[in-house]
Amino acid sequence: MTVDIEPRSETGTTVLLSGNEAIARGAVEAGALVAVGYPGTPSTEILESIAHRTEMQVRWSPNEKVALDVALGASLGGVRTLCTMKHVGLNVAADTFMTMAYTGVGAGLVIVVADDPGMHSSQNEQDTRAYARMGGVPLLEPSNSKEAKAFTALAFEISEQFDTPVLVRTTTRVSHNRGVVELGDRMDKPVVGFERNPQKYVMIPGHARGRRPALLRRLKELAEYAETSPLTKESGTGDSFGVVTSGIVHNYLREVLPDAKALKLGMSHPLPIGRIREFSKTVDRLFVLEELDPIVENDLRAAGIAVEGKEFFPQVGELSPDAVRRGFAAAGILPEYLSIEPAPGTVARPPLLCPGCPHTPPYLALKRLGAVVTGDIGCYTLAALEPLSSMDTCIAMGSSIGMAVGMAASGGAGAPVVATIGDSTFLHGGIAGLADAVYADANITVIILDNGTTAMTGGQEHPGTGTTLQGAEAKAVDLVGLCEALGVRDVRVIDPYDMGATYSAIEGAVAHIGPSVVITNRPCVEAPVKVRDTPFKVIAEACTACQLCMTAGCPSIVWSEETFEGRRKVVIDPVTCTGCTICAQLCPPLAIIPITSEAEAAR
Amino acid sequence: MSDNSKGLLLAGVGGQGVILASMIIADALMRAGFDVKQSEVHGMAQRGGSVVSHIRWGKEVASPLVEKGSAEVLAAFEWAEAIRWVDYVRNEGAVVTDIKTIVPPGACNDTHAWSTAYPRFEIDLFRSRLIETRFVDATANAVQLGNVRAANSVILGSVAAFVGIDLIHWEEAIASLVPKGTEEINLAAFHAGMNAPMAQIPAPPAEPAEYLGPHLIDIQQDWCKSCDICPRVCPEHCLKLDTDGTLLVINADACTGCRLCEMLCPDFAITIRPPAAAEHHEPAISGRKM
Ligand code: SF4
Ligand code: SF4
Ligand code: SF4
Ligand code: SF4
Repeated sequence: MTVDIEPRSETGTTVLLSGNEAIARGAVEAGALVAVGYPGTPSTEILESIAHRTEMQVRWSPNEKVALDVALGASLGGVRTLCTMKHVGLNVAADTFMTMAYTGVGAGLVIVVADDPGMHSSQNEQDTRAYARMGGVPLLEPSNSKEAKAFTALAFEISEQFDTPVLVRTTTRVSHNRGVVELGDRMDKPVVGFERNPQKYVMIPGHARGRRPALLRRLKELAEYAETSPLTKESGTGDSFGVVTSGIVHNYLREVLPDAKALKLGMSHPLPIGRIREFSKTVDRLFVLEELDPIVENDLRAAGIAVEGKEFFPQVGELSPDAVRRGFAAAGILPEYLSIEPAPGTVARPPLLCPGCPHTPPYLALKRLGAVVTGDIGCYTLAALEPLSSMDTCIAMGSSIGMAVGMAASGGAGAPVVATIGDSTFLHGGIAGLADAVYADANITVIILDNGTTAMTGGQEHPGTGTTLQGAEAKAVDLVGLCEALGVRDVRVIDPYDMGATYSAIEGAVAHIGPSVVITNRPCVEAPVKVRDTPFKVIAEACTACQLCMTAGCPSIVWSEETFEGRRKVVIDPVTCTGCTICAQLCPPLAIIPITSEAEAAR
Repeated sequence: MSDNSKGLLLAGVGGQGVILASMIIADALMRAGFDVKQSEVHGMAQRGGSVVSHIRWGKEVASPLVEKGSAEVLAAFEWAEAIRWVDYVRNEGAVVTDIKTIVPPGACNDTHAWSTAYPRFEIDLFRSRLIETRFVDATANAVQLGNVRAANSVILGSVAAFVGIDLIHWEEAIASLVPKGTEEINLAAFHAGMNAPMAQIPAPPAEPAEYLGPHLIDIQQDWCKSCDICPRVCPEHCLKLDTDGTLLVINADACTGCRLCEMLCPDFAITIRPPAAAEHHEPAISGRKM
């Protein structure tokens, strides 16, 4: 959630900004004119917080690859450009990323990648610092909101000084951490203009061979910069041990060992090996404290510096003050770690689809059909959990369709093969998969769950919604026309709230030989507008406690105090019920009715 | 801990407004002149899952995360969440919790193994760690003021006593962050929360009725004409037509007694009976047409 703090505040004022808002503000102050990205937790609010700025072009792209292409084009055109994504988004953009390190940039280009250690809202916890090494791109790691703003602005300078894209890597606890930030002036950075230079920008083998040594030279210069840069900061005292840190974990260290000698790396690639070597000579034991993979640790070992690290601090999940305390206790630096009395057991509360979510009925139908369902990334991935439990795979953005093609080709599914994918995810990475389904004449059904928004990340616009990030009208991709143009013969549009129609459409599409597409057409109940229809209620006397309504997993339906034949009857919470009618259509004795009909009857 | 920074945890269920409330607390602390850090998690967790926000404040705050066993106070918008996060509270700290209960659907289905029980209102553990527990009926307070959505501000008001900053900072923070037009009601709710009496702990929810097992499916085989209607309607996949047309019960344990099969069989070949021990009621569905 973003609150519009940024526009109301003026230079010199002190405000609370999230790491994401601070990054955006850093780009604003650095004079960036273009900001692009694809939504993804925990990076989404960066662009949202500056969407209102009329002096800038702030836009969602259909995916991270396109966003990075747009960003590079803008940079070559001579404007400072910000590009944002989550960690797995960089996989999608990696093709451009790896080669843009060769070309270098025009005006400053900063790529913000938000990692999600602990996988709060992601399918993996890959470490973006590995990409910096693979691509040969410098990487800055802010540890709080103040640094998020300052490092972003500095990243533009580094980008221009060294002619390179610069990565700014945050983690969930930096992006979604609010801290006090002082606002500064916006720099005026007029458009420089495009300078033709095919040797630099046309990466045919002959040109690229010349750029590869340039990239390595640049890395060397950047390493020298890191040696003397104020980004590398030494603090604390003592000679028995020292700690190399970067990013959020530096704060945990300071919490647990406020005075320990530490070398904080603001730029963690390339490493200031000389500084670290000097630092290591001043202490008896050298620790590397880093979240996720032992990347700095391995680099230092390779440089012949003796370090300790992952034997004390977990490689899995996010670190915390507790984890750091435990690690230093195990290393003999702190007294033995005493665990707090654990919280007593409480009820499991996994995330759920919203009351009235239009994704529910297609999954009820798929469960009924016993289909093998290749899933994708979005709210609907929750259909993999009880009670819908009707999704068999979920890997990466757009993977559902290609995987369905492969599953069908294997001949081993043993049931109809159905891919389910959201509208935003389909436009992000599903179109090529559908082209392949047609090309292979695969006997699969693709259900496009079109709820008119990017729901999981909070309701962002995309090329199919007909609106821009600013809410202005835009051209919308016609999904039916697109599927037909790709060569799908059987395309059906259904109202998912009509359970009968949903069942028979999906059954019909599955029966079709060759690829078929079913598109649902109900909007998300939460965004862009909250859909709230007449809530429903249960007639207690008529309820037979079969709990069939509960198989839809609607959070508004809970147990009542009454029982029937040894089983609990149910009640509906009228405050959260959106009146979608799904449960009413499921109820065998028709015990679920809209609340008004009773009021009307009473009149 | 560095320069005695303090910690507060705010917990609730996705959609309850935990993040806005924690922004208000953080903003109030900043207005009171503290360095503040506040950390939360977005995305999937917000879809009705458990949501928690950490707030740290002091002269200069290092970690945005509260360490276990160190929070001054835990503010919970829901009872089960108070229990989930209480291990972050320090001994002799405080818990302010709404007496509201949001029972997840997973705790409400006695036909499936995945049910987990909703915790009862018991504070033995809180007592053993000398944690002061304050129950607030935020919903009732907010309803009294005329807007149930101001319930979070009631909790904030009750939390204020444990934070110890001047009222003016709270008032300014609330006024600047709540949705336009709701400033007055939220301020009133905050004041109500400051003076809210200890709420009556609700009576424990009645123990779930003992699950007596699946219903019993009686099939009059010679009346069945193998039309395949019941296997297709049974939501629990209990029935199946064999290749020779005999109707088989293939999943007797799953029958919920919904009687769809009984109602839709054109030849009255199926009778569903409740599990033995249940007292028998005449099903309310008799005579109803589908
Ligand atoms: S109508 Fe039924 S399924 Fe739909 S939101 Fe209300 S209770 Fe949930
Ligand atoms: S489906 Fe109808 S009869 Fe069955 S539990 Fe729900 S409300 Fe009661
Ligand atoms: S009563 Fe319901 S659950 Fe049981 S067999 Fe008949 S249709 Fe299936
Ligand atoms: S509906 Fe009745 S007649 Fe048809 S198959 Fe089932 S039991 Fe037999």
